[in-house]
Amino acid sequence: MKLPTSPPRPRPIGLIGATLALLRKDLLIEWRTRARLNAIVFFAMATLLMFSFALGPDTRLLEKNAGGYFWLAILFASVLALGESFRVESENACMDGVRLAPADPRAIYLSKALGNALLLIALGLLLLPVMVALYGVQVVMGVVDLGSVLVLGSLALSAPGTVYAAISSNARARDVLLPLLLFPLVIPALLSAAKATTLVLQGDPMNQLGSWLGLLLGFNLIYWGVGFMLFPRIIED
Amino acid sequence: MNKLIKWGLPVVGLGVLAAGWWLGLAWAPPDREMGDVQRIMYVHVPLQWMAMLAMFLNFVMAVSHLLKSKPGWKLDSTAESAAEVGLLLGALGMVTGAIWGRPTWGVYWSWDPRLTSEAIMLVTYTGYLVLRRFVEDPDKRATWSAVVAILGAINLPIVWFSVRWWRSLHQVQSSPKTVDPQMVLPLRVSAIGLLLLTIAMLVYRYRIALAERQAEVALPDALPAAGAPDVHNTPKVA
Repeated sequence: MKLPTSPPRPRPIGLIGATLALLRKDLLIEWRTRARLNAIVFFAMATLLMFSFALGPDTRLLEKNAGGYFWLAILFASVLALGESFRVESENACMDGVRLAPADPRAIYLSKALGNALLLIALGLLLLPVMVALYGVQVVMGVVDLGSVLVLGSLALSAPGTVYAAISSNARARDVLLPLLLFPLVIPALLSAAKATTLVLQGDPMNQLGSWLGLLLGFNLIYWGVGFMLFPRIIED
Repeated sequence: MNKLIKWGLPVVGLGVLAAGWWLGLAWAPPDREMGDVQRIMYVHVPLQWMAMLAMFLNFVMAVSHLLKSKPGWKLDSTAESAAEVGLLLGALGMVTGAIWGRPTWGVYWSWDPRLTSEAIMLVTYTGYLVLRRFVEDPDKRATWSAVVAILGAINLPIVWFSVRWWRSLHQVQSSPKTVDPQMVLPLRVSAIGLLLLTIAMLVYRYRIALAERQAEVALPDALPAAGAPDVHNTPKVA
């Protein structure tokens, strides 16, 4: 019988490996409880419903503004999701454990931001049929266009949102702080995502969809880059 | 503080600003299209220039704070004072702009790209200042607010270039070459006067911020922040 002479040496793990491992951990936590997704889905659905109550049953108005309401619902729900993504780490000082693992802080950022974006994409997919039913919209253009708006928009909300959630989860009055910091910053993303969604839903005779998607892409590049660079400074102790 | 800076700078600044405004409001010719309404430019434009300058100073201080090697509170205090002074000037600039917009455009506010991006900028820096109030640890406050300042500063070039990129209601920056010299001079004098006043305000606010930081670090309970015991309300023992 062969006995191992020494315990197996830990394999060095790169940025991508650490990101994927952390993302897997977060998704596993999410999958086992499904608390966060359930909560934000019902919150966003209630928001969509509230818009139709607040504006009265004018189907044409609702259909015309469906893109904007859809993204506002996602934005409001994203504040809950983002706040929660760091709350799981603050219990039992889990963040310290992750840092001691040792995980590269940039991998923590990427995994959290990607996890939040995936959650928002899932939320958007679940909200779409509700929006179609409630507001009577019909998808004129392709599913691919709608999908790319959803993916780019969710990524754009979660990149600065993850940075701010990490900050506000440690500050006093964090429930006020996160929307106060996040909302003004994501106005360009919200504007272009809502506009692009409206174009997808109602047709794009002037061929403007590309420029709005380009704006979203640029927003993503800037804020993913800046967040990636600055995040280590936030969680250092 | 140096007497020259404490008294000389604001007095000279006020004097130059008064001279610039007198030149603009009384001496310069009225605009051909807008008439006397245009004269608010000598107040509005310098305010916005100085607001942008202060916000840019805030950005530079935030980056320097994150890159700095020596410990200290000077960069953070400068960043705080720049954000506050910039927010004040920017808000005043927005109000003067709205006063001008009503007779010229017929509305106080239009959702023009320049106005919208300026409003976003003001809300962003309000968030920055709110964050500063909600973090007790001075070290963390300095680092986190620097990160927020850098993220917010991405909007600054958008504000500045919005009038060129989108060409909507708000006019494009004029070039001194195409404007009557009698209008360029008052604008420049007002801007210099306001610049001196801005520097004076920054220096005053910076000294307060620095003193607050030093008090916080030396004696964590010295400032009447939340969590600190209120000495005036302690129950008296009979």
